[in-house]
Amino acid sequence: MLQMTSIRGTPGGRRNRFRALALIAPLFCLIVAAFAVPIGAVLFYAVDDREVSTILPRTTAALAAWNGRELPPQAAFTAALVDAGEAYEVHTLHRAAERLNHALPGFRSLLMRTGRAAARLDHEGARAALVTLDLRWGKLATWRTIKSSAGPFTVRYLLAALDLDLAWDGTITRAPEDRRIYLAFLERTLTIASSVTVICAILGFPLAYVLAHARGGVERLLFYLVLLPLWTSLLVRTAAWVVLLQREGVVNGALLAIGLVREPVPLIYNRFGVLVAMTHILLPFMVLPLYSVMRSIPRDQMRAAGSLGAAPAAAFVTVYLPQALPGLGAGCLLVLVLAAGFYITPVLVGGASDQMLSTMIAQFALGTANWSMAAALAVVLVACVFLVLPLYARVVRLERLRVA
Amino acid sequence: MRRFLHFHYWLGSLAGLLAVTLSLDAAAARDFTIASWGGATQDGKRIVYFAPFAEEHGIAVQEGVYQGGWGQFRAIQETGERPWDVVSVEPAEMVRGCEEGLFKRLDWSQIGPADRYLPGVVHECGLGAFVSAQTVGYNAELIGDTRPTRIEDFFDLDTWPGKRGILDRPKPTLEWVLLADGVATKDVFSVLRTPEGVDRAFAKLETIKPELRFWTAGAQPPEWLINGEVVMSQIFSGRVANAKKEGRPLEQIWDRAIVYLDYWVVFEEIKHLDDAYAFLRFFSDPRRQVEYAITQLPYGPISQGAMELIPAEVAAVMPAGDNLATAHWTGSQEDIDFWIDHNDELTERWNRWKAQ
Repeated sequence: MLQMTSIRGTPGGRRNRFRALALIAPLFCLIVAAFAVPIGAVLFYAVDDREVSTILPRTTAALAAWNGRELPPQAAFTAALVDAGEAYEVHTLHRAAERLNHALPGFRSLLMRTGRAAARLDHEGARAALVTLDLRWGKLATWRTIKSSAGPFTVRYLLAALDLDLAWDGTITRAPEDRRIYLAFLERTLTIASSVTVICAILGFPLAYVLAHARGGVERLLFYLVLLPLWTSLLVRTAAWVVLLQREGVVNGALLAIGLVREPVPLIYNRFGVLVAMTHILLPFMVLPLYSVMRSIPRDQMRAAGSLGAAPAAAFVTVYLPQALPGLGAGCLLVLVLAAGFYITPVLVGGASDQMLSTMIAQFALGTANWSMAAALAVVLVACVFLVLPLYARVVRLERLRVA
Repeated sequence: MRRFLHFHYWLGSLAGLLAVTLSLDAAAARDFTIASWGGATQDGKRIVYFAPFAEEHGIAVQEGVYQGGWGQFRAIQETGERPWDVVSVEPAEMVRGCEEGLFKRLDWSQIGPADRYLPGVVHECGLGAFVSAQTVGYNAELIGDTRPTRIEDFFDLDTWPGKRGILDRPKPTLEWVLLADGVATKDVFSVLRTPEGVDRAFAKLETIKPELRFWTAGAQPPEWLINGEVVMSQIFSGRVANAKKEGRPLEQIWDRAIVYLDYWVVFEEIKHLDDAYAFLRFFSDPRRQVEYAITQLPYGPISQGAMELIPAEVAAVMPAGDNLATAHWTGSQEDIDFWIDHNDELTERWNRWKAQ
């Protein structure tokens, strides 16, 4: 702020300011074009609901004034028949069918069948024709689903990501108990991520201390040992843990050989395996910020505290730890955020009850191609991570954070 | 000095822009590209089909990896890009892509006549790629004295205690679970269409749930069986055959094996249409399919006259002949209709059930 004022105050300040902005413009454009826009666009899928009304315009218009209590008027049936037929011809009907199928399973085949048959059906007696074609056209649920999918925006997917149901008339209820799933996944994701963070902090702190206080060759060697895993593919490191921890693996072999256990211990495909592998992968992200902060702490301070009568433990807690705290905070934040988005490691070394939210997101994005649900879950995950930020700011005073 | 700096700054930006434009251009003018399932099956296809085809036709052939499901096709539909020309897919995806105008309705004068192929492998948008099967495998050295013979044994924890590997998705695993629960293969979908039928499948799985280990990649089950991580696992038949070739003590039971028929499909609106048809013609030569079965993975051919050329000892480990006496064929119209409607819903339930 001070610098900006001084630039403004000098003659030619405006030109300099323009230059300064021009210099950061490429970076700014890159961030906007490569991160903000695509991520925003993807997250927009969570609320975007224009497809059905674009593809079935007459039907959604005919249902706009419908009260939803008894079957809609003949005009709606005719509209549905015309819309389905036209959209089928131009290969867009499947998109509406897919969206409606999210809300009511079975809608895909119903609509596609209707589209295929539309040309040969009687448009005058559309109601009878449709109900004869498929009984579901005579059900309220079918029409309510179309009405509630008329867009342009919906919170259905965001609510579903929180185990809430949105009824056709806008009432929100908790999903029935046997259908709740995502909150449990979210809780598990946050539990695993924070466990990994704590373990990384416990292991990383002494390691960073040794690293920061070692000299010459030893320091270099230790530094390479910390960095080495970062240069190896994540997949390779995860696969290495499979080799080490499996039933006939290296660790179990050693335990059996020295007689510590009689039977191989289950070390993988459970929570233990996930925590070990994730901690190993994320440890450098804890050690590096800690190391850089610890290096900047003058060593004389500890000696001074000692000569002033503080016991080593007291000197550590009152002099060293508070100064190392920003590094610890930065490390924890990095590890937590990275861990919350982990995907492939839990898939490969975890059991059925160790899968994280990202697994679900991947399945929706790649498998069932329900991008709205994938985006909604991503929004929830991002929101949770953002909620953690102020908490950190309070604990470690984020503004004093020095990472570099 | 300052101007010099400026000059470089703008030059840099320009170069960056140019690079982006060029790479977009390069994408538009890409080589003929075939996508398949990756892993061992694609390695085999490269040796027997892709590389010899590229050489014979004097063109470059690029490869892509299709991960299953509809996500990648959805992205292709959304962007209008055509990263691939030809891809091998399961029947439900073929039918869906055909109906949605993503895959080309094949011109059989280019690859026909249709009676060159086995019955059932010719579809308006697809040509069968190969017949594969999913069986139950076990490790002969670790299974103990009694060997399993039926899929019911997969659920028998008293005789064979220990972990079981199972394919991590409802399609077609729920069908298979119903078979193991005594449903006849022809009745599977009429049962699965009712809520009680779905409950029944999940209840059956529930009986062995603590022992289940879920796999997503075909390479996992053989690894687990060899290491004693599981006592039995659903497994692709070719993986067992190849493990045996390498001297591993794996065996499989063919009782009610799940049989898959993959299809080659060609995208609409591609520049390499002639290459695509040339590739399908190249592929349809029975001798190449025989070579694939013998030297790569012992999966079934799709052209008439190919099976007769395969030696008996290879045929014995293939999804063919007596091995398929009780087989459960996927890909029927009933199957496709069911999963197109219910895959989303049942995948969600599958995940929920797994996590509980």
